[in-house]
Amino acid sequence: MEHILTALPWARRLTQVRQILRHVPVVSVLILLVFIVFGIFGNYFMPHEATKAHFGDVLTPPMWQEGGSAEYILGTDHLGRDILSRIIGGATISLEVGFIVIFFAGALGVVVALLSGYLGGRIDAVLMRITDMFLSMPFLMIAIVLAAVLGASTKNIIIVLVTLGWAGYARVLRGEVLRIKERDFVLLARVARCSKTRIMLRHIFPNIVNTLVVLGTLQLGQVIIAESSLSFLGLGVPPPAPAWGSMVGDGRDLIFSAWWVSFFPGMAILFVVMSTNLLGDWLRIRLDPKFRQL
Amino acid sequence: MSEPLLEVRNLTKYFPVVKNRLFFSNRTAEVRAVDDISFTIHKGETFGLVGESGCGKTTTSRLILFLEKITGGTLLFEGKDISKMNPAEFDRYRASVQAVFQDPYSSLSPRMKVGNIIAEPIIVNNSAPRKEVSEKISALLALVGLRKDAHELYPHEFSGGQRQRIAIARALAPNPQLIVLDEPVSALDVSIRAQIMNLLHDIQKKMHTTFLLIAHDLAVVKHMSNRIGVMYLGKLVEIGESEELYSNPVHPYTQALLSAALPSHPDIPRKMIILPGEVPSPLNPPAGCRFHPRCFKAEGICSRQTPSLKEVSSGHLVACHFA
Amino acid sequence: MISNDNVLEVQDLKTHFYTSRGVVKAVDGVSFALKRGEALGLVGESGCGKSITCFSLIRLVPRPAGRIVGGKVLLEGEDLLTKNEKEMTKIRGKRITMILQDPMMSLNPVFTIGEQITETIRVHQKLGKMEIWEKVKEMLRLVRIPSPEVRMREYPHQMSGGMRQRISGAIALSCQPSVLIADEATTALDVTIQAQFLSLFKEIQEQANLSMIVVTHDFGIVARACDRVAVMYAGKIVENAETRELFNNPAHPYTIALLNSLPKMEMKVDTLYSIEGQPPELHALPPGCSFAPRCSHVMEICQREYPPQKEVAPGHFARCWLKG
Repeated sequence: MEHILTALPWARRLTQVRQILRHVPVVSVLILLVFIVFGIFGNYFMPHEATKAHFGDVLTPPMWQEGGSAEYILGTDHLGRDILSRIIGGATISLEVGFIVIFFAGALGVVVALLSGYLGGRIDAVLMRITDMFLSMPFLMIAIVLAAVLGASTKNIIIVLVTLGWAGYARVLRGEVLRIKERDFVLLARVARCSKTRIMLRHIFPNIVNTLVVLGTLQLGQVIIAESSLSFLGLGVPPPAPAWGSMVGDGRDLIFSAWWVSFFPGMAILFVVMSTNLLGDWLRIRLDPKFRQL
Repeated sequence: MSEPLLEVRNLTKYFPVVKNRLFFSNRTAEVRAVDDISFTIHKGETFGLVGESGCGKTTTSRLILFLEKITGGTLLFEGKDISKMNPAEFDRYRASVQAVFQDPYSSLSPRMKVGNIIAEPIIVNNSAPRKEVSEKISALLALVGLRKDAHELYPHEFSGGQRQRIAIARALAPNPQLIVLDEPVSALDVSIRAQIMNLLHDIQKKMHTTFLLIAHDLAVVKHMSNRIGVMYLGKLVEIGESEELYSNPVHPYTQALLSAALPSHPDIPRKMIILPGEVPSPLNPPAGCRFHPRCFKAEGICSRQTPSLKEVSSGHLVACHFA
Repeated sequence: MISNDNVLEVQDLKTHFYTSRGVVKAVDGVSFALKRGEALGLVGESGCGKSITCFSLIRLVPRPAGRIVGGKVLLEGEDLLTKNEKEMTKIRGKRITMILQDPMMSLNPVFTIGEQITETIRVHQKLGKMEIWEKVKEMLRLVRIPSPEVRMREYPHQMSGGMRQRISGAIALSCQPSVLIADEATTALDVTIQAQFLSLFKEIQEQANLSMIVVTHDFGIVARACDRVAVMYAGKIVENAETRELFNNPAHPYTIALLNSLPKMEMKVDTLYSIEGQPPELHALPPGCSFAPRCSHVMEICQREYPPQKEVAPGHFARCWLKG
């Protein structure tokens, strides 16, 4: 029975899917799925408007605590805004910032890595020294300075994070490029007279995609934390937009009287970041042949 | 003997030993990987280059393939000096020289389909109209003995021997005149080697392709080559017809190398010449004849004067003071 | 039947790997005997189970996927498969030992050559410091390392490939083992260095009356260095004979085909005999004889049943229905 099934292409694919599922960190993927769905379709799930203040219901505790109501499941903040709605709204911001930063930082990192690794020589030396420079910048200080100079806005926070994020990709991916460059198929592509651009794009790039995906996943968490930290400091997404970081910041002074104001957004950050890290680790082991099991 | 296809004249390659600094680098020494070698490959023949690791045989092939820059000397392709070719002629040269490497697991792009792998040299070199590319791929797959639908699969779906067939098909795609075979069978299983050697033999018969064979297995070189060059530490020490070279080796290194080759039958008697010591570093090769510190015939002159290739019989050249 | 001159007797050894793709019968009923002072060649292609056979002998099968599921390994009459790990540690390296293909893998890069040989001797023998030092020098001299006093203070990366492999040999020989297994020990070496190594080991083996198992894919090494050969295919020994007898009268179609497919320096042929197809995948072996799909003499019975071992000539065994 088993071998008849595996002979059919769709059945084979199904067993493959099942095999993959067996080892995927299911909880992480579920959390991230919820995160992404909230990020994209958040408006449909929000019980209240995220930025609307309900001055009559200021600092309502979560529904299961004394004084809580089913109206505000996770309670409200000092302006009476619904925390659950704001967390859902915050997902949109984190998702947006996260993916845009990863895309641009990754793209820049790939370009630098390919040029530096494949062309080598002086180009490599110059690009790598620049990369080193960016890698050695004290993140928070630069971020504060840049945010202060550029002003606090979602666009600027993205610019800051891309500026500080690409170098990590460039460094790691350059190593990959150097390794792949020595493989025979790259030499044979040169024998076949492929242009340098063609070799970089058709032969080398497809072979660093795995590493890129792993790095991107691992960086998503870091970007979310960075964005939250900046927002917490008031240098990120400006109010009243519901960024998780600024929500934690809002509850800073209320931590003993109304713990829920900063606790729930903090939890959201924790769960999402941990999930991206676990998934990233799993991908690394799965996609990197060096870690692949027998 | 047919006309020459590729003449190698005084070919030299020194690799600088570089010390990396922050922004610049400086040379500290030179590795003499290939040092002033000359030989000729004739149309339609297989020319074998043998020698042990570090002798410069692979570097020689990379110079011919333009994967490394030539330090000195020149190549003549169909009588024309490639350093004096115009860009169009040079492009034609590059397209007429292709290669098959040792490791079929490393020589095929893992994320390209077999069809694209084979088509790439045709498309890049415009060696056939686009419409005919897929026909050409089918013809090449048939020629190397792979199934028709192989072009839509990825390399990892094939075994080592089949991958080497794909690599051969790719090398044949731009209709080259010369194929460099760098250890084409040494990474393959014993029972697969004969398949690939026979395939190469059939291809040569059908397409009149010329082969430059680089290998360390003396029996393989003997079987496949018409003429053979023996290299030691960046120098050619002996060139000759393969029958002549194997039955009548003149250079002491060739003699030692052949005597060290493993027998194909336990009863084959062989005078063993066990060479003392190891191959010296090409960073600082011995003066005079490079083989003299290990040679059983060495005398005073050998350490003072570098022997040049001399003809000992028709087509048999030896670089030894005692030849 | 245990005769006294057999140092090692392997009976019906089975080592299987349990993978997601099914049970891989890497070693499936292997039996052979090794006489004292004899060099036995274990020949086959990659994946035929020759290396796993050797790792099974010293009980170093990769775990947890691999398991020795049956058979006996009698070293001087003692069954190694019934020993516990502690007892095995005492036997391994002392009475049965191994040299691998890549000496860089078996030598530790951060210790000197001298320290590494000392370590092996110290673990297995109770000797004083000076005695060990003398012994290290003696071992290095045995494998012809020039100026051992200097060389023993050097690190593996300061030596050439041939020298490193001889150092591995010195470590393996330092406790006077009864059985030495050389797994493709000369494959990575150059032709002339390989010749050096083989003649040196042949000499040492004859002097010390050492028993060796030489694992290789190269019939040339067998022809030069082995007294007896066992040919493996898909986890089983298909033919076992004295070297000269095997080369002169090969019985199994696989052996015949392999020998014919080798290019020979002594004569020129246009086309080599070639075995079509690929070696089978060990997790999906055909029923019957595993060579049947590639065999040019295949018969109906070959596809049904695996042939039993037959003695085709005195001391010459083969597993083929043709020899029924």
